[in-house]
Amino acid sequence: MFFAYLRRELAGRRRQTAIVATGMALAIALVILVNSIAAGVKSAQADVLSSVYGVGTDITISQEPTPPAEGGGGGAGRFDFGADAGDTTDGTTSVSQSRLTADRGTTTFDSSQLDTVTGIADVASAAGTLSLTNSTFSGELPDFAQGNAADGTGRPAAGDAAPQGGADGAGGSSFDVQSFTVLGLDPAADAVGPLSAVTLADGRGLDADDAGADVAVLDRAYATTESIAVGDSIDIGGTSFEVVGLVSSGSADATTASNVYIPLDVAQALSGLDGQLSDIYVQATSSSAIGQVQADLEDALPDATVNTQADLASSVSGSLSTASSLVGTLGFWLSVLVLAAAFGIAILFTISGVTRRTREFGTLKAIGWSNRRIVGQVAGESLVQGAIGGIAGIALGLIGVLVVNLVAPTLSAGAATTAAGPGGGGPGAGARGFGAAATQTASEVALNAPITVGVIAIAVGLAVLGGLLAGAFGGWRASRLRPAEALRSVA
Amino acid sequence: MYTLDNVSKTYPQSRKTVKALDGVSLEIPAGQMVAIQGPTGGGKSTLLQMLGALDRPSSGSVRLGEQDLATLGDGALGRIRAERIGFVFQNFNLIPTLTALQNVETALAPLGVDGEERRRRSMAALDSVGLGERTGHLPSELSGGQQQRVAIARALVKEPEVLLADEPTGNLDEATRDEIMDLLEGQWIDRTLTLLLVTHDSAVAKRAQRRLRIASGRVTELA
Repeated sequence: MFFAYLRRELAGRRRQTAIVATGMALAIALVILVNSIAAGVKSAQADVLSSVYGVGTDITISQEPTPPAEGGGGGAGRFDFGADAGDTTDGTTSVSQSRLTADRGTTTFDSSQLDTVTGIADVASAAGTLSLTNSTFSGELPDFAQGNAADGTGRPAAGDAAPQGGADGAGGSSFDVQSFTVLGLDPAADAVGPLSAVTLADGRGLDADDAGADVAVLDRAYATTESIAVGDSIDIGGTSFEVVGLVSSGSADATTASNVYIPLDVAQALSGLDGQLSDIYVQATSSSAIGQVQADLEDALPDATVNTQADLASSVSGSLSTASSLVGTLGFWLSVLVLAAAFGIAILFTISGVTRRTREFGTLKAIGWSNRRIVGQVAGESLVQGAIGGIAGIALGLIGVLVVNLVAPTLSAGAATTAAGPGGGGPGAGARGFGAAATQTASEVALNAPITVGVIAIAVGLAVLGGLLAGAFGGWRASRLRPAEALRSVA
Repeated sequence: MYTLDNVSKTYPQSRKTVKALDGVSLEIPAGQMVAIQGPTGGGKSTLLQMLGALDRPSSGSVRLGEQDLATLGDGALGRIRAERIGFVFQNFNLIPTLTALQNVETALAPLGVDGEERRRRSMAALDSVGLGERTGHLPSELSGGQQQRVAIARALVKEPEVLLADEPTGNLDEATRDEIMDLLEGQWIDRTLTLLLVTHDSAVAKRAQRRLRIASGRVTELA
């Protein structure tokens, strides 16, 4: 009787069924779409972050930037050339000097803190790195010796010819300043850290035997722009390094965390930062332990900045960040609004249906139907309406997700590996120029919205919830009908 | 069968209280056919609701056999309606989305009769009112007389002790009225029912063994 009555009622009230199911379908489709896009955005953020921090990094530790000491400017500092510096040919003196210094905006700390970190409970592994900038100052200037007066004053005498040579051949000068980022890392630690997520594009990566060796691995995108190949050499801090490998990030258009990777001990020695680190990458034993590890780290290293992946996600910028924020706020609230509207429509239609069926329910009560049976009938009808809406909504949502995946909108993303300091930003993507304070890894990420069993389960759950809510309200209304009053009111 | 003792029923209406039944005392033996007449608003339908366990009196007692309907809860009244009382309404009150057969089956649903038995008994009930060929029709596909026959089948399928009919011929033409009254009378005789009819129609009332008049909430016997 229950199913025959239910089927007949829904078929006999097609318009109401269609309106309730359509409202529910739209809401559920929107929930699926928003959930899938949110998952896609989250996955894209994880991709971007893993290209910077490496796979498996749960926590990063750095030091708050401190203001430079009196008279100090930080950054590359001064380039000092002696009187005999450079090579002079045909009246032109060529000078060039490279310096390897800590990133502007980065404060280094003692590497003994790495031992403190590894000694904390639930830390699975940890690796220290040193973020550096290699700045090269090079140029040509005229040979000033050609203008020296014979009187020994060092000043040109009246009537002497104008100086020759220099960058323009007429006594002028020209200088060029170039920089790239260098990351010193422990070549034996590959479980966690920036290189754990990269793909080897050519040559080999760093290994434990490379400690103390002048070998470098380059970001492939940087190597391409500088026309550097495996086997070539690159000057870092005045020392020639052999390029042994090229690495790339997972995304074809993304760059890795740094332009150049060298062994940590070599980086420390060349930069004069012996025993110093700028960042520590930490992997916890389990995701549930991250919070406690973070708290323990903050206790153990009170001066350090301890960031989890959730904190790191906020460092992702660009249209990916905008999409994340849109999905997170607008998408969420739009879903809530549409769901509320759909549930409201379902409830109103069910209550109005019960009111319209006063005589029907009054008659059924008069012939002995119990309240429970009538409430069950109303709830069953609402539940089926919700289920029809749910099925249609899942289909609609899947179509929406399919369209998103076919269109695959490209989102730009950037992630800063260190906190931006004053004068942030610099020339060139992925490069740290003068005035740059942080490594900005730029990526183009194609948004892929995944469909998971969880999303479908949420959709089904919402459809059932909507049906139950409408059924509960409708049933409550029906149960309040007194048979005598119901029959009297329609009479 | 029924014993009513000093039954009163009042309803709040706007700011005043309306007395629909005023100290009604009445005895209706089992198997009797009783017609209840009276002016509109006199208390006919209220009396029928008391007899039908659809409502409780404000005071007094309504006994059906050994049970005082005035003191029973909603669940117990519902069971009495499901098992012992059949209803026929002026407007037929069929479920518009259900077929004639399914409408009759609704009366057996609260009794827990299984599907096959339910269909068999419902078919038999429809046969007994002459609608064995119309079992799959919706109410909208049936005439007024046929709809009332379906309603009578629904009331009788559970084999009640009492059949209460509220203006059963009120919406029918004369010819159909006589058909329906013949049917009701026939069922009353065949099933030894107690049949209580509320009617405005004197021609219908004259067919009853006993006639009551109710006006201003008070019942009087008519000769």
